Order: sequence, then C-alpha cells, then structure tokens
Amino acid sequence: MYFNEEHNALRDMVRKFVDKEINPKVDEWEEDTVPLHELFKKMGDLGLLGITYDQKYGGQGLDYWFDLVFLEELGHIKADGVPMAIGVHTHMATPAIHEYGSEYLKETYLKPSIAGDIVSAIGVTEPEAGSDVAGLKTKAVKDGDSYIINGSKLFITNGCQADFVTLLARTDDKPGFHSFGLFVVPTNLPGFVISKKLDKLGMRSSDTAELFFDDLRVPAENLIGEPGEGFIIQMKQFQHERFYALPGTYIKARDTINMTIDYIRQRMVFGKPLIKNQVLRHRLVDWITEIECLKHLTHHIVRMKIEGLDATREISMGKLIAGQLSFKVSNGCLQMFGGMGYMNESLISRYFRDSRLLSIGGGADEIMKEVIARFEGI
Amino acid sequence: MNIIVCLKQVPDTESQIKIGPDGKSIVTDDIKWVMNPYDEFGVEEALRLKEKHGGEVTVVGLGPKRVTESIRTALAMGADKGILVSDEALDGSDSLANAKAIAAAVKDLDYDLIFTGQRGVDDDLGLVGATIAELLGIPQFSIIVKVEVAEDGKSVKVERPIEGEALIIESNLPALITAQKGLNEPRYASLPGIMKAKKKPLEEKTLADLGLDSAEFGEGARKLKILELTPPPERAAGKIVEGETPQEKAAELAKLLHDEAKVL
Repeated sequence: MYFNEEHNALRDMVRKFVDKEINPKVDEWEEDTVPLHELFKKMGDLGLLGITYDQKYGGQGLDYWFDLVFLEELGHIKADGVPMAIGVHTHMATPAIHEYGSEYLKETYLKPSIAGDIVSAIGVTEPEAGSDVAGLKTKAVKDGDSYIINGSKLFITNGCQADFVTLLARTDDKPGFHSFGLFVVPTNLPGFVISKKLDKLGMRSSDTAELFFDDLRVPAENLIGEPGEGFIIQMKQFQHERFYALPGTYIKARDTINMTIDYIRQRMVFGKPLIKNQVLRHRLVDWITEIECLKHLTHHIVRMKIEGLDATREISMGKLIAGQLSFKVSNGCLQMFGGMGYMNESLISRYFRDSRLLSIGGGADEIMKEVIARFEGI
Repeated sequence: MNIIVCLKQVPDTESQIKIGPDGKSIVTDDIKWVMNPYDEFGVEEALRLKEKHGGEVTVVGLGPKRVTESIRTALAMGADKGILVSDEALDGSDSLANAKAIAAAVKDLDYDLIFTGQRGVDDDLGLVGATIAELLGIPQFSIIVKVEVAEDGKSVKVERPIEGEALIIESNLPALITAQKGLNEPRYASLPGIMKAKKKPLEEKTLADLGLDSAEFGEGARKLKILELTPPPERAAGKIVEGETPQEKAAELAKLLHDEAKVL
C-alpha cells in the first residue's frame, strides 16, 4: 500500500547489505567498535548516506518513504550501536548542513559525508547540559574571521572516529534561545582533544567520547546558518534525529519477539513448551499490537513530512513510545528467556542493554513529555 | 562485446518450503522470490566484462510477471536491457521447454557470450544452460569459476574445478558459460542504480511473439514428469559422547560408530 517497486528494491538491497556486510561482524564490533570509515565508504558507494539529500551534493533526492525503508532495514542489525552510528551521520549531524549550510559547507562537508569519505558526530550534550540544552556552557567567541571555541562535550557518539563535529556552542551570554551558534568543527584542528572512549552499559559497538575544545580556532564560514540561530537550527535538526529512532525500533522490537517465540516454542517447562502458557502469548500480542501502533504513527509522520507539515508533536510522541516500548519488549522477552537470557552470550541480553538508551538519548522521555504537554497546552 | 545473461527467479534459500496438497508441487503463497544466486554470478561477470571490453548486457528472464523484479535487480546492478518471456502456456514447463523458449528469444540477438547459472537452486537440475547452447549450436562450458576474454574479444579462456585440479579450456566465441560459486562476488544494486533501472528498456514477449507453438510447452508437453515430492527426513537429535577421559570418549565413539551408526 505504501511501497512501490523501487522502495522494495531498496529494502532488498539494504537487507542483503545488513545480512552480509554488518551482521556477521557485529559480535566483533561489540568488542572493539565498528570501523566507521570502512563501513560508511561501502554505504556511500551504494547511495545510502544521503537518501533525501539534494543530488547536487551526491544525495539521491528521494522522498521520506525511501528514508523510512532504509531505517526500517537497519533495524535488523543485531547490535543497535551500529545503526546509531549510521544515524548520527545521516540524521543527526548533517541535516542542519543540508538545510541551513552555505554552499561552502555543503561542498566541503556534506558532499564527502554523503559519499562516505568522512565521518561526522553531533556535539550538543555537555557535562552539565543534556536534554536541558539551553544550559550549555561551551563558548564560541568571535575573533576576526574566526570563532575561538572553549569547553567540552560529553557522550559524543562517533566522537573517536569523526572527521568533523556539528557543534552547538554559546556565542553570547544573553539568556534566551538566540545566543547560540551551530558550527562545523573539523577534528584535525589544533585545540581539539578526545579525552577518552567511554565505557557504556549498552550500544557497545558504537564509540562514545568526551571531547575538549581548548582555544580551538574555527573559521567563521564554518557557522551553519545565521549567527545566534544555532539553538533554533538544532531544535529542528533534533526532529530528524528523533524520527531516525522510530522505524528501527518497531522492526527491532518485532525481531526480538520473533526470536523469543522461536525460543519458547522449543523450551520445555513442566512437560510442555513454554509458549503454551496463555499469559505469555497474551503478553506477546500486547507488544505486537503496540508495535503496530508505533509503525502506523511513523507512517503518518512520513506523510506529514512529505506534505511539509511540522511533525514535532507526533515525532515527540513517537520517540516517547519508542523508548518505552523497546525497553518493555526487550526486558519482557529477556524474562521469557530466563537464565539463558541473563547470559551475555545470548542476543537478548545485548538487546536489553542496548534498548535502555532510547529513553535517555536524543531527548529523554521526560523532555518528550514536556514538548507534548506544551503542544497540548497543559 | 555483447553479453546475454539468462536469469531464473527462485524461492529465497531461507524460505520454508512446504509441499502442496497435490504432493507434486510446493506452496508458493508465502515465498519470497529472488534471483537464482548462480545467475547473479553470471550478471556480475557480464558486467565486469562489459566494463573491460565495452558493449551491452541483456538480461533474459522467463516466467510470470513477478520475474520482472529480478530482471530489474540485474538492470539496477548495471545491465542495459531486459527481456521477459512470459506466457500462461509456459506454466509447468520442464527444462527442455524453457530452454527452447529462451533460445528462441536470444537467437536473433547480437551476442558474443551467454551466461546462465550452473543450476537453479530450486529444482537443482542444471539442464537449461546446456540445452540452450545445444539449440543455438554454440560451445558450452559448465560450472566455471574463472573467465578471461582475449583482448580482441574473439576467444575466451575458462576454468572449471575438477577434483581439486583446474581444467582450463579455450574456445572461440560465441559461447555459453554456466556460472559457479567462486566466479566472483556479485555487487549490490546501488540506490542510484535502482532508480535508473526503471527507465531501462524491458521488453515482454509471448510464445507467439517468438514464433513458437504453445502446444510444445506447459504441463502436457513435459518429457520429465514429477511423480511425487517428499520432504527430507527430519534430522535426529544429536548425541553427546560420555566419558571421563579422552581415551574413554574415543572408545565410546568407536563403539557407537560400529554398533549404532554401523559405519565402521
């Protein structure tokens, strides 16, 4: 109903790519991090890193259904750290450059990002400012033709491998939303320091870093959009980031359930397969029903995006449900796996650990609720 | 040089195959259809030769309308045009009849090489390639893992593995080659390739278009008849050999191989 022959061909291609180029390697990457330059080059060659972006910069210029198909298939990756690393590059660090960047920024950073020649990261969160973005302290001070940046960023996905960071910094001490700049900061500039790779509960295949900026001088032309508008631009970029999380979530949740059904069909307890227990079957179909709801909310958001409507309210709702649902499903399925599920060697334990992030990253559940409450006038 | 690749659509190798109520065919309702993996090697090899020597790659498929998807996949990989031979009278045809229809579709084309898979992963017969070559009166090389076309594009050297050795054969062109695993690693259809594929020419031909008599095709004309399909036997549960020491385990294993498996 929603997909044509080209959408299906893209789906087949991405599925095959995931099955052959990614899934056989994820166990290894969980140990020592996904090599992004190698992976992105392969994906760039297949046209997967700029599906909705302008063809002028190597993008495909296609609609959001293609984007949705791509993100759905990434949901089949057997370690969420990998699609997260890809999503940072395609939906978190580059949309603002595509929408608000100068010709220079698009040529210099967007084009090689789409080609898969360089890797990007998004630098918003700080030790004292996470979902409360307006509290951030990293400063960018105008000095002639450049800005001098001082401060630090925390929990930066792709931070160890990135060639540039799309960085939100304060350009003015005035309170309010018009005191920020969003910069493209190349990581090879003097004053850029990666303090360390951080050790996380889940998403272990992705690298996460703490970054420091010590009198880092970045050319003023690396500012995205108008001076002072960085915060507003980042709030719009967040919509792409949060949308990215939805398709993979309902696909992964369903994969998790399918894997669990296979297990409890053959797991004998008190002389009969575990799945014969009605309570478990009912629990499974409750989740399957919620998954279906999230899928159709996501499809609705795609239609809104294609119509050019503001989907902030719906995306926030989707992100809220996605975070809650992915944790509920992975946690509940782990319970059905019993002791076996508690073992690190079983995939469900990885899915459980990975799923915990979604209610925190990209705007915590509580922030999503605040956004929705504002829309609802309550 | 111009190359033709013959393509079959088969159930995805991960499909759960169920035997139909007639006991002679499989249930096709939930099957995901894909390009025969051996044909994919043929497509890739044809594209590599085209990149080196120039020319055109034409993909020829046979079967119902859905086969178009697999032809489009080959076009998305880089082939130039497609032909689908589709006719209700073809339903239930055997390898000989299918080869006849394909030979008729390609005989008037300008070609130097024809690729087919060394066999379809569905029926596993491996007959179509050889039959097409016979009908066209050209040499055929089966189960090939290496293809080298001479600089002048007039001859080909191929390699076929035989019992750990390699048989190297040279031939004039045109010729037909059936592709074996190991020939190459097929590329993915890129997204730009997928979008371009829908604009490439894809011709559909019926048996009448090819000047063929539909009485020679279909279930009734089969020379090879399927009497019955049976599923492979269910794999029995494994056995863990008990014992305290390696010596004890080895002795127990030898006993089991002798008494139970009766292979010693």
